[in-house]
Amino acid sequence: MGAIGAAATLVPLVSQMNPDAGTIAAGAPIEVDLGPIQEGQVVKVFWRGKPIFINHRTKKEIEEAKGVNVASLPDPQPDSARVKQGKDQWQVLIGICTHLGCIPIAHSGSYNGYFCPCHGSVYDTSGRIRSGPAPTNLPLPPYEFLSDTKIRIG
Amino acid sequence: MSGHQTYQPQNAFMKWMERRLPIGGLIYSSFVVYPTPRNLNYWWTFGGILSFMLAAQIVTGIVLAMHYTPHVDHAFNSVEHIMRDVNYGWLIRYLHANGASMFFLAVYIHMFRGMYYGSYKEPREVLWILGVILYLLMMATGFMGYVLPWGQMSFWAATVITNLFSAIPVVGEAIVSWLWGGYAVGNPTLNRFYSLHYLLPFVIAGVVVLHVWALHVVGQNNPTGIDPKSDKDTVAFTPYATIKDAFGLSCFLLLFAWFVFYMPNYLGHADNYIPANPAVTPTHIVPEWYYLPFYAILRAIPDKLGGVIALGASIVILAFLPWLDTSRVRSANYRPLYRQFFWIFVAVCIGLGWLGAKPAEGGYVIAARILTIYYFAHFIIILPLLGWIEKTKPLPNSISESILAPGKAGG
Repeated sequence: MGAIGAAATLVPLVSQMNPDAGTIAAGAPIEVDLGPIQEGQVVKVFWRGKPIFINHRTKKEIEEAKGVNVASLPDPQPDSARVKQGKDQWQVLIGICTHLGCIPIAHSGSYNGYFCPCHGSVYDTSGRIRSGPAPTNLPLPPYEFLSDTKIRIG
Repeated sequence: MSGHQTYQPQNAFMKWMERRLPIGGLIYSSFVVYPTPRNLNYWWTFGGILSFMLAAQIVTGIVLAMHYTPHVDHAFNSVEHIMRDVNYGWLIRYLHANGASMFFLAVYIHMFRGMYYGSYKEPREVLWILGVILYLLMMATGFMGYVLPWGQMSFWAATVITNLFSAIPVVGEAIVSWLWGGYAVGNPTLNRFYSLHYLLPFVIAGVVVLHVWALHVVGQNNPTGIDPKSDKDTVAFTPYATIKDAFGLSCFLLLFAWFVFYMPNYLGHADNYIPANPAVTPTHIVPEWYYLPFYAILRAIPDKLGGVIALGASIVILAFLPWLDTSRVRSANYRPLYRQFFWIFVAVCIGLGWLGAKPAEGGYVIAARILTIYYFAHFIIILPLLGWIEKTKPLPNSISESILAPGKAGG
């Protein structure tokens, strides 16, 4: 009985450290207008305290992303699984290195995709891990197209 | 621990007190007549130095807490407020920041001393493990303190270190979110780090009491590694050890003061004078110097989970040292092979520290991998084997003989 009581008392003491109601409320979806983003430009927006990279990819970048032998990748994923169908030019991803959470630099590294300065992880133009200590591809946030030039993230 | 006189209170008040709370007797037996080996060298003064540094960090820390604001919008400015507006605030903050470095410098010397003279061996295993726990607590406290100024290095140190936990399969992400109190490092993170940074030094103080208690049960090791056999082998703690500790501490404080007054930012990073910016990671992030060897080990492993496991293992393995070292001779003075491997190990640790500050690329990574392998090999291959193959030198019959007889190796 005493052990159950002690365990029950621990629940609020542990739970209080999880994200509070205000933090969760502030994590509501956001809408982003894609209109002003030029081809070749990467725009950073914040959602839930995380930087979201919106990359308006050039034709060359799209071709590079598609032209990779998927089986040779550390975390195999075709480019088509990382963009919305018919929206190849819009690459939306969470700009947090999957190694230890630094922010990669866009348009850099040996694949001209993303390069993380902390521990040297290199991502391609699709945000897939190509070399370095990061275990997985840059994650994609949940998002949808509201129109051709507007997305909702979250 | 026999043969010395017991405490006889002289005045009426202490006589009254002693019958109710015998604290006078405890202090007398622990710090006055307590027998210490007569051959202790200056490497044995670092325990006292560490006690002083803990007290100094608590005092300066409590003062800083009176002026600091643990909020993402105010933390950075409140630290600058301490530096510019608060009377002697610059001094107190520099004492606290450099004090952390001095604390780690002293603990590393203290740990290497223990390794050289085999102070972890039977019957001092628990004493040693309490020391490893103290070291872990120091690392946690130092890390959280570094986050509080909320500069760029603070923010990204918090991000990288908390993300170590994301390597844990399945529950990793949930644990990290729980540590942050949000979806990223933010105000809840800063708040709780402040709370814990205030708490942990007192936990350290508590474990120090256990550490000293365990020390006083088993007695101090000494440069010969053999136990005192008679009263001729020991001297009273006061005045002999007290004066020696005071002199060692004074020399150490000169070094401390030199950093505080002449190069207070030498051990820090200029980037931490830039307010935290969650959108930009500094191009070259490194931890404080005292974590660099472990950072090099983390980066040497080309796998996320593997790197985190190696980092943790490199510290936890210290706790198993009493059983990994199979030699029955304690002091390296009588172990010609171990003595050489000890210094190689020291060089490897310093080498890892140097590599931890370099960018993770090319030859640096290869060198870090070689040294990481050696670091672990020292514990799991070299130390167990040495106990079997090493031919140790003859031990002296007693501590006093090692000092008084000419031509004998001693401390």
